Amino acid sequence: MRRKTAQRIMTVGAAAAAMSLLVAGCSSPSTSSSSTKPVSASDITKAMNTPTTLNFWTWLPNVSTEVAMFEKKYPKIKVNVNNVGQGAAQYTKLTNAISAGKGAPDVAQVEYQYLPQFELTKSLLDLSPYGASKLKSSFSASTWNQVTQGSAVYGIPQDSGPMGDLYRADILKKAGITEAPKTWDDFATAAATVKAKTGSYLTDLPPNDAGAYIGLLWQAGVKPFKYSGGKDVTVNLDTATAQKVGTYWNTLLQKNLVAVDPNFTTQWYQGLDKGKYATWLTAAWGPVFLQGEAKDTAGLWKAAPLPQYSTTANVSANLGGSTDAVLKSTKNPIAAYELAKFINTDQQSIETLNTKQSLYPPQTSLLNSASFKAQSAPFYGGQKVNALFADITNTVDPDFEWPPFMAYVYSSFNNTLGKAIADKTDLNAGLAAWQKSIVSYAKGQGFTVTQ
Amino acid sequence: MTTSANTLASARPAAAERRRPRTSSDKRRQHIAAYVLIAPFFLVFLAMLVVPLFYSGYLSLFQTKLVGGTTFVGIANYIRAFTDSQFLSGLGRMGLFLIIQVPVMVCLALFVALAIDSGRAKASTGARLLIFIPYAVPGVVATLLWGYIYGTDFGPITQIFQALGLHAPNLLSNANVLGSLMNIVTWEFVGYNMVIMYSALRSIPTDLYEAAEIDGAGQFRIAWSIKIPAIRPAILLTVIFSIIGTFQLFNEPELLQSIAPNAISSSYTPNLYAYTLAFVNHDVNYAATIAFALGFVIMIISFVVQIAQQRSQRQGASA
Repeated sequence: MRRKTAQRIMTVGAAAAAMSLLVAGCSSPSTSSSSTKPVSASDITKAMNTPTTLNFWTWLPNVSTEVAMFEKKYPKIKVNVNNVGQGAAQYTKLTNAISAGKGAPDVAQVEYQYLPQFELTKSLLDLSPYGASKLKSSFSASTWNQVTQGSAVYGIPQDSGPMGDLYRADILKKAGITEAPKTWDDFATAAATVKAKTGSYLTDLPPNDAGAYIGLLWQAGVKPFKYSGGKDVTVNLDTATAQKVGTYWNTLLQKNLVAVDPNFTTQWYQGLDKGKYATWLTAAWGPVFLQGEAKDTAGLWKAAPLPQYSTTANVSANLGGSTDAVLKSTKNPIAAYELAKFINTDQQSIETLNTKQSLYPPQTSLLNSASFKAQSAPFYGGQKVNALFADITNTVDPDFEWPPFMAYVYSSFNNTLGKAIADKTDLNAGLAAWQKSIVSYAKGQGFTVTQ
Repeated sequence: MTTSANTLASARPAAAERRRPRTSSDKRRQHIAAYVLIAPFFLVFLAMLVVPLFYSGYLSLFQTKLVGGTTFVGIANYIRAFTDSQFLSGLGRMGLFLIIQVPVMVCLALFVALAIDSGRAKASTGARLLIFIPYAVPGVVATLLWGYIYGTDFGPITQIFQALGLHAPNLLSNANVLGSLMNIVTWEFVGYNMVIMYSALRSIPTDLYEAAEIDGAGQFRIAWSIKIPAIRPAILLTVIFSIIGTFQLFNEPELLQSIAPNAISSSYTPNLYAYTLAFVNHDVNYAATIAFALGFVIMIISFVVQIAQQRSQRQGASA
């Protein structure tokens, strides 16, 4: 099991980021597995009582718990769960299986920003004939907008990732800092203090995680991509605002106040475990990884909003979050859809996802419940983080879109801006190179690119 | 095998009959037998090697875009490949790898093979096994293992340096990662090459050594003047294999990429580049082109090495 650079990234959070993906000639070829006429209740009952084996690709830890609930409800259906890698690693395998025409799972975990890519290649099953349209009110508008395309539904939201600042209260306290830095200026000052007094880096700026960096750009107000289907795409990364972000981190890197370790690697987990980094600027799902890999630090963490660019501002971004999508190649579309639906709508299942796996819910039933907001998390030393992240969710600019070639955007980052971070050279030169590389790729793939 | 029974039966005719000139029907029968015997191999060879080769050759003449579909472009992809700085720098990197790593590895393997063969090394069977074991470890496992050893914070090498109060080198930095890769590949393949050379050494007639000893030659002189010239073909074989292996380097950089994502770019080696093109950029046609272009480069280099070797052998023979 190799864990490739976890390209886990922000989802278009919050409302209205309609990534309308009108794939040229949107009529899906009607094969046996994708009919456009609604599926009747009797068909569903019949399918769920036929012995069936489903293959489910996901990197969600302990997902077997929710799968077991599903199997208990539908004893005839057996689900094989496979973790074939996290993020990019899984998408590569998924793309291979799709092009090979066999070996693809029935259901796969796909992050929001990757849906366009799989929709463009017509690899995902439109779930609306199976009754997915009725689920609209079960999910927050922002997440629902990202899985739909006109009347078509391409995935069932599983979690979302409002970004915050996860910090080690004990390390900051050792440096004499009692609360998380409110502004980026405070953050820079704190970085120097923490490094001098404790030897820890205030944070790690991962050179292999384009998503995390895009999250920082998003928070600063950069809108790098526009895509609404067809062949027109906007790539506008190299803006004055984005350069400001680059300049800010340049300074911290030059002073050696932030680490530049690749994230989601063994070394990085050990670093977290040993307190090498005092904060992790990440999404609400962060603890999912910390609880497994940095167990010793449970209870020492606290969460706060991201540092702001001014004392009056209060904005955030979305990082990662996934959906469960059904592959068009599935032989059992009904059962596959029911699995994706069950995991993300069954009350017991979604509560477990939240409480046991620390996923941040996109389901309105949880988001609006007082008991959810009142929960205190042992991992955060009893802090009521749900309420905090619920507030942060409302500060995410929903107007954010993704291009249909995120895999390239990420891989190109590693060779350009990511390389600049790792080598501690000028990030803005890296930013320009990143922009250039994406534009030339998109043009080569036949898109009309606006810069 | 009934044929072998027939041959046995026909192997006992009278001597006079044995001198009878072969008829054409005999010849034909032999030809048929030869084709029948080669057929299973040939079918698999066709299906698994030749057909895919032609298919990817065919693919490399087209261009597929996410928007706009597939068009025939002739050799445009090849022109692009040989002017593509990413492909060329990958080739250059592998050239450097070849010049440094292959000689080091072959010399090490040769030295070990000679040492074991001379019988001077104590417990030679144990030593042989020990040096061969890394080859039995799958490359993937080996790389993960070395990746851990190279680890910049918690790897054993770093820990040892820190314990001694020294500044640990970053073995995964841009500058050092090629050397780190060379080390992994050498560790993996010295044993394999050693076994090939050792087997060749075992087949040298021992009376040559006796003659040399009577002439007063020492072990080093014997190694230099008898053993190495005698196993030249085996050494050439290991060199050719290593050249091919070098240009096809993939597993090691691909796995190290996860811990050194910026030192090892997605076009670090030509094969890694082809992989990225196919599976990240979704550009299967250009990936096939790169694979083919790489094949040409490997062929040319192997050919040059062989020609050079034959020439030096001829010169050696005429000397």
